[in-house]
Amino acid sequence: MSAHTSAKSPLKGYFAVWIILLMGTGLTVYAATLDLAPYNAAIALGIATIKATLVALFFMHVYHASEKLTKLVVISAIFFLLLLLGLTMSDYATRLWS
Amino acid sequence: MRLTKRRYPLADSSLTPVHEHHGEAFAAHNPALLHHFATEEQQRDSASLGMWVFLATEVMFFGGLFCAYLVYRRWYFGDFAAASKSIDMWAGAINTAVLICSSLTVVLAVWAAQTARKALLVGMLILTMLFGLAFLGIKSKEYYDKFEEHHVPGASFSFEHVPIPNHPGEYAVPRHAEIFFSLYFVMTGLHALHMIIGLGIFSWLLWTAIKSRFTPEWHTPVEIGGLYWHFVDIVWIYLFPLLYLIDRHP
Repeated sequence: MSAHTSAKSPLKGYFAVWIILLMGTGLTVYAATLDLAPYNAAIALGIATIKATLVALFFMHVYHASEKLTKLVVISAIFFLLLLLGLTMSDYATRLWS
Repeated sequence: MRLTKRRYPLADSSLTPVHEHHGEAFAAHNPALLHHFATEEQQRDSASLGMWVFLATEVMFFGGLFCAYLVYRRWYFGDFAAASKSIDMWAGAINTAVLICSSLTVVLAVWAAQTARKALLVGMLILTMLFGLAFLGIKSKEYYDKFEEHHVPGASFSFEHVPIPNHPGEYAVPRHAEIFFSLYFVMTGLHALHMIIGLGIFSWLLWTAIKSRFTPEWHTPVEIGGLYWHFVDIVWIYLFPLLYLIDRHP
């Protein structure tokens, strides 16, 4: 179905992102079977964040969004999520300090 | 083009006499363009901006659950690791791949709508729904197994003598594992509910696509339904490593 694509067709990019997402899933599963001590969670979440970013930028068309307000909404959603998680975890992580 | 059965009042309908508003210069413009938008691009951007604002509220909605998960995971890490290990990792991995494939078919459906390929649009919408159903099928098998193993929180919950991974001689506290499974069922259940709603949206998109109501000028529901589907995929991209892969290494 992608044989007759014009030069401006985004199909190549869509399939490339799809392959990277599948490889990222495989890599996540493989990394989970390795003993990387404290880095297991960091690597799993790092790969997940790269995958989520690819989906948002290319599948959800944020990268090519002509409207800056769309990007502002995306960034503020991430900002407030990090505010929620970051402040909560910094509280719980430091409760035993005395 | 069949413009008479559109859902919204059209620029050339009697509700919005475009000639009176804009004069002759605008008389020839696209009839799918609502009169309060300057261009088609602005009309599309406004619709997707509205959807993104809704998705921002969804980020907060799921974010609260992720926050609760992180707090309890820190407190009861060993118990969470033991409970996580009792879930079928491969079911979760296959479901991740299934959702990624469905995201590809969604983006191809949007492209098909943009380029007026009706057969491809209908095919991709059907494929997306099949992937969605496959996801829910695998998910229900996982739930069934958890019911059989008495891992569903409640009166018959049982998680006795389950070793904590990489801590020989230590066993998970059932009450703490129960918290993991509560979060597991709420988070995956809420995600599955979003999938079911997504299937409902896509059924409507499919029906509308079959009736040839989408055109390159107006296919906003395909784009916006696609945004929703991709968002649900992103939630799963985080749920998979957090719930299935806490401490898997031998």
